[in-house]
Amino acid sequence: MSGFLERIAGKLKSYREPGYYTKLDHKWTMVIDLDKCNGCEACVVACYAENNLPVVGKEDCAKSRAFSWLRIERYVEGEYPDVKVKFIPVMCQQCMKAPCETGCPVYATYHNQDGLNVQVYNRCVGTFTCATYCTYDVRRFNWFTYKWPKPLEAQLNPDVSVREMGVMEKCTFCIQRIRSAKDKAKDEGKPVKDGDIKPACSQSCPTGAIYFGDLQDPESIVAKLAKSPRRYRLLEELNADPSVIYLKRVMGDGTTSHE
Amino acid sequence: MAPHHTSDYQTGELKSRDLSYPTGGGISYKEVNDDVVRTMTQTGKWYYIALAGAVSGFLAFWILPWAYQIYTGQGVTGLNTPDFWGIYLTNFVFWIGISHSGTLLSAILFITKTPWRRSIYRSAEAMTFFSVATAAVFIFVHMGRPWNFYWTVPYPNQRSLWLNFQSPLMFDVFAISTYATSSMIFLYFGSIPDLAAVRDRVTGWRKQIYSMLALGWRGTDSEWHWLFKAYTFFAVFIIPLAVSVHSIVSWDFALSKVPGLAKTIFAPYFVVGAIYSGSAGIVTLMIIFRKAMKLEKYITLNHFDKLGMLLLVMSLLWSYINVIEVFTGWYANTSPENETLIYRMFTTPYAYMFWLMIFTNTILPLLFIFKKCRTSILACVVVSLGINVGMWLERYLILTTSLPRKFLPYMWHDYIPSWVEISMTLGSFCFFAMLFLLFVKLWPSVSIYEVKEDIGIPMRKGGGHH
Repeated sequence: MSGFLERIAGKLKSYREPGYYTKLDHKWTMVIDLDKCNGCEACVVACYAENNLPVVGKEDCAKSRAFSWLRIERYVEGEYPDVKVKFIPVMCQQCMKAPCETGCPVYATYHNQDGLNVQVYNRCVGTFTCATYCTYDVRRFNWFTYKWPKPLEAQLNPDVSVREMGVMEKCTFCIQRIRSAKDKAKDEGKPVKDGDIKPACSQSCPTGAIYFGDLQDPESIVAKLAKSPRRYRLLEELNADPSVIYLKRVMGDGTTSHE
Repeated sequence: MAPHHTSDYQTGELKSRDLSYPTGGGISYKEVNDDVVRTMTQTGKWYYIALAGAVSGFLAFWILPWAYQIYTGQGVTGLNTPDFWGIYLTNFVFWIGISHSGTLLSAILFITKTPWRRSIYRSAEAMTFFSVATAAVFIFVHMGRPWNFYWTVPYPNQRSLWLNFQSPLMFDVFAISTYATSSMIFLYFGSIPDLAAVRDRVTGWRKQIYSMLALGWRGTDSEWHWLFKAYTFFAVFIIPLAVSVHSIVSWDFALSKVPGLAKTIFAPYFVVGAIYSGSAGIVTLMIIFRKAMKLEKYITLNHFDKLGMLLLVMSLLWSYINVIEVFTGWYANTSPENETLIYRMFTTPYAYMFWLMIFTNTILPLLFIFKKCRTSILACVVVSLGINVGMWLERYLILTTSLPRKFLPYMWHDYIPSWVEISMTLGSFCFFAMLFLLFVKLWPSVSIYEVKEDIGIPMRKGGGHH
């Protein structure tokens, strides 16, 4: 009897695992070394430039409608004079069991063969479900059709679509760079090498705190860093299986800190 | 269903089937027909004023702001990054809730053969249908790109795009369209004999329309038989359907991971809340309806007595679930849950709304313990309106105190609705009023043949022996 029950429990558990788990082409992963991060926000600016993010202005910013796909969260601990200010870069965690993906009624957000949580702008009808279900609050909505004042429209990245109003969007791990690196590797008849792809945030980080690579490749730097004793993932207890790995900051007294 | 009477043919004594049902005496068959047809054919000045008010309110408060929102973007609302769902979804759940009593109550009372159902069920069922319609429009209102709404419907297309059947919103699309369709059919089936009765009494353009709608009803035995079969089938079908619809509506929230939304108790909580607010809606609507249409003979204080008991029971159930929800959340003492509870219960302005909700939904309905209150129109108006204010606040609080307090405190941000959202909320009431006003003119809003079941069959004067 107990064997039978165990079998059923195993079945139920296996149904909860998304089928794509075992057959991914890549598993793109980002490792953020908080010990190296100094909170300069160069990554945030680079993300704005790379991904055609609109600047919404003072009023909408105060309404919490800023477009930053990547943000530096700041937390202040303690009272003056014993104050600690902590910070952590947060972007879409590309969850492997993403709550947003099950919420969307039209498959505008789904998991692709690279282990990425992708957003199809043209398919989005704007039900807000993905953003409501997202536990990291990383999804951004086009409240209006944003315009770039002349001559700023000339600096838009031609590899990234400019979104119209009513569409949800979020960090893509710079999928346009992943695509072009894969195309190039395919033309040369070689697999994608570790380090071929650098998302805008990683490229612009002055201290090199953001690493990017394929976790399935055991020789990649992210696969090695992922084994670090300082490793943790944000809100891991919610079981969304995020693809962004943080390395804890080492404090002056030798302890580690999550932020 | 089929008119069979308990009157004793042998002695000629007329007995009402249920003696506590006060429409039993003093009304004749002819009077019933006349009264109901009168509500449709004789139109007073006040009706036109009310209809004009409702239509212009609908256009001014709903259509114009909505056009503005579609043209400009969802940015004209007060929504922001953690608070993606606000008043629109509140209204959606509220109107679905209102819809939950009419048809469900009518079906339950039909199966349990409760006599006081007969004079109110038609308009209660209409209320269901119209509030589902109002709720459905809010789905489109809250969407970022409502012109693409048909993408949420499974239709064959060349791009081989399909729907995500894992999504609770997808469940919703099916649940609500099924519910709207079956409650419409239920309303229509129950009306066929009355449409025939109207057909036989009106002239001109009305005659043509009702001839068509009555489907050639003649009132033969076999017609009654089949109508009864079909009606019973739908009554049985609609009860589990109604329960599932509001469970699914609750899953839009409960299937997330958000503290304050992801509650296991939400499905029964929402079903109870829906029946509660829907019954209160019926009470409010019936009071206005009987007054405006002069139907005091048919919708009597006895009805309000019974509905009051129902409201009292639902109030106790609702309060019970509410206490459990708060208590288990508090006892578990997880920090996201704590933040949400404190934000909801002890932070202004939500604390005012929360405790007002507790007052109107838990304390005020206790008045209905007393028969005096249940049979007082004033008390019924106050309590039923209070309940609906409270139930609206409940849905509002669920969304606006959970989403601003999600897991990462850096993203905490409050939600303040904009004038567009408030205006469309008012507009939805105008829209509902407009639909209901049109209904009372175009449809027999009191069931003629079922009211007759409670009246003795007409006899010749001095008769008694055949």
